[in-house]
Amino acid sequence: MSQKHPNINPNTHPNSSSSGGRATDNSSLPRVLLFGPRRSGKSSISQVVFNKMSPHETLFRLEGNSELDIMTVDNNALAQFEIYDFPGSYMQSSPPERDASIFCNSSGAGVVIIFVLDAQDEPYDVVLTSLVQILRRGTRVNPHLKAHVFINKVDGELFLSEEAKYDCRRDVVSLVQEEMAEYDMEDVEVTYFLTSIYDHSVFEAFSKVTQKLVPTLPTIESLCNVLVGRCNMEKVFLFDVVSKLYISTDSSPVDAVSYELCSDMIDVVMDVSGIYGGGGDEEGGVGGDEGGAEGGGWIEGGEGEGGEGGGEGEGWMEGGSGGGGSTAQPASAYYDESSSSCIHLSNGIVLYLKEVSPMLALVCLTREEEFVKRGLLDWNLAVFKKGMEKLIGVINESKKGGV
Amino acid sequence: MKKKVLLMGKAHSGKTSMRSIIFANYLARDTMRLSPTLDVEHHHVRFLGNLVLNLWDCGGQDAFYESYFERDRETIFRSVELLIYVFDIESEDPEKDFDHFSGVLEAIEENSPDARIFVLVHKMDLVHESERAMIFEDRRRIIEAHSRGLSLECFATSIWDETLYKAWSEIVTNLIPNIQLLKSQLDNFCRISDADEVVLFERATFLVIAHTSQTSESNNFDAHRFEKISNIVKQFKLSCGKTQAQFQGLQVQNSQFSAFIDAFTANTYIMVIVSDPEIETAATLINIKNAKQHFEKNFARS
Repeated sequence: MSQKHPNINPNTHPNSSSSGGRATDNSSLPRVLLFGPRRSGKSSISQVVFNKMSPHETLFRLEGNSELDIMTVDNNALAQFEIYDFPGSYMQSSPPERDASIFCNSSGAGVVIIFVLDAQDEPYDVVLTSLVQILRRGTRVNPHLKAHVFINKVDGELFLSEEAKYDCRRDVVSLVQEEMAEYDMEDVEVTYFLTSIYDHSVFEAFSKVTQKLVPTLPTIESLCNVLVGRCNMEKVFLFDVVSKLYISTDSSPVDAVSYELCSDMIDVVMDVSGIYGGGGDEEGGVGGDEGGAEGGGWIEGGEGEGGEGGGEGEGWMEGGSGGGGSTAQPASAYYDESSSSCIHLSNGIVLYLKEVSPMLALVCLTREEEFVKRGLLDWNLAVFKKGMEKLIGVINESKKGGV
Repeated sequence: MKKKVLLMGKAHSGKTSMRSIIFANYLARDTMRLSPTLDVEHHHVRFLGNLVLNLWDCGGQDAFYESYFERDRETIFRSVELLIYVFDIESEDPEKDFDHFSGVLEAIEENSPDARIFVLVHKMDLVHESERAMIFEDRRRIIEAHSRGLSLECFATSIWDETLYKAWSEIVTNLIPNIQLLKSQLDNFCRISDADEVVLFERATFLVIAHTSQTSESNNFDAHRFEKISNIVKQFKLSCGKTQAQFQGLQVQNSQFSAFIDAFTANTYIMVIVSDPEIETAATLINIKNAKQHFEKNFARS
């Protein structure tokens, strides 16, 4: 469940607290830093991806944030990080002495940057100059810093064709490279993504960012590879079922269509399980509280409207995303160790989903003729699950050791 | 079997949007691209095989109403089986809406006295959750006051949630012959296969045709669950479309239940919910397969 960090009010704002003090709080978690100009869609992205806000709601539910917002994502053993949502002009007013506390993590956990750019707001040069400035300051204190540019809002009339999107990306890439060349920063790693909150692109892009924060990724990927090989599968994805980000996959190329289909399958599984598989009525109270906490925290000017927020939290519409289960109860109430699903398609492909660790799902694309050997499949999946358990045990050990 | 269905209401109340979502597989957000309906658009929608809904989607601008009430009065209002009248909850001029509504009812009473009348109070998503029930009740009272003594049914709807499916499911089941027989057969099937719940969906629209439950436990479940399932499966069918593959069937389970959603007769999908862990998946699948033959035989081309 993602939740808002206890509201950072002006007196405990990082601007006024010492950098030493900042580093202690939750410092073992990896960080995603969200930068970008005002109204480029930073908060919308994190709300859509992590709080299930439907895209059209972001138009009227969100206002610009004037303070740094920190959201803690703790969905399962592998999806744990903090998202720092900086106000548009934050870095201009933040003195360089504080850079180390922003861009470095004293525990050694990873830090990545997402820079969100509004593709519908040309020209880009001023904005991209500010990106390069942020990168300069960041890499000075943390040379391992990786940057991801989300060329956001590539939806609507300006971007009806794929070509328009690629043109836009080309422009952005060349502007950034020119600017970086001036400062001899060619070796800083920058990756570019075309994103829109109205489709899966933002989820896919965010997946690739958070994958860089999973230290055991190579091990998980090789587990996936072995499984695909042994069972003759087409593809597997390891999903965080809460955010629908994929944490890993086998090393064959990912095509967007399969990712979308698997991600939509998770919607189906969670929604149907939410309707029929929730343990009964005891969740009612819990759900209500939670709706309140989420709703109240995220409406701007939240202090005054806290009470009203509670109501709204529960009333969230599911919109385009799939009609939604009985929303408010926590997903862990109906996604359990026996959760599984299979979906048969007319082209002979079966989507097979199985729980492999709390709130993690392995989604396999396999052919019908392989799926018939269900016993073999289930055996191998059980082996995979055991592997995951061991791996997660090791991760948790090392965390304890680290603190 | 052709049935004439009139879809009326003020301009921009959402008539074409809802029609597109239910019958033409639009996603809610895609309806923003629809342009206003000019005059009357006719659509033939095949439902459950040989039931054809002849949908008259009537543009809602005032100028059109004049011709509906005068020049085309008989053409429009003759031999109507169903009238679906849509009100926009955020209407700027409710007075005029009710004038038109009364006019329509008068014309219906004159030309098709046996028509069944349904009123949808639409765009309820624009009303705050906590006030929806109250505002809808209030609106329903006004509507009934204008009903000229005709009996009608009111629904609160929104394209953004399952209420739209709920309303349309109830509307179309009114047109299905043998619905009672179908339901009693479904009851039998539910009992024989020891299922908690069985729901029958129309294949193309995924509207709920009939449902039956065995346990009283189902009272704890969400009252709108069937429509939610419609919505969930329909969304997924649309995603499958992108991969050039059709959705055929699915199973979902956790430690407390198993759900089976499968293609059933030529015109229907079935959903079976089983919570008894003693019942093997394979047994349920065989039961569905056998029931399929039985229903095909007895309800084919009903």
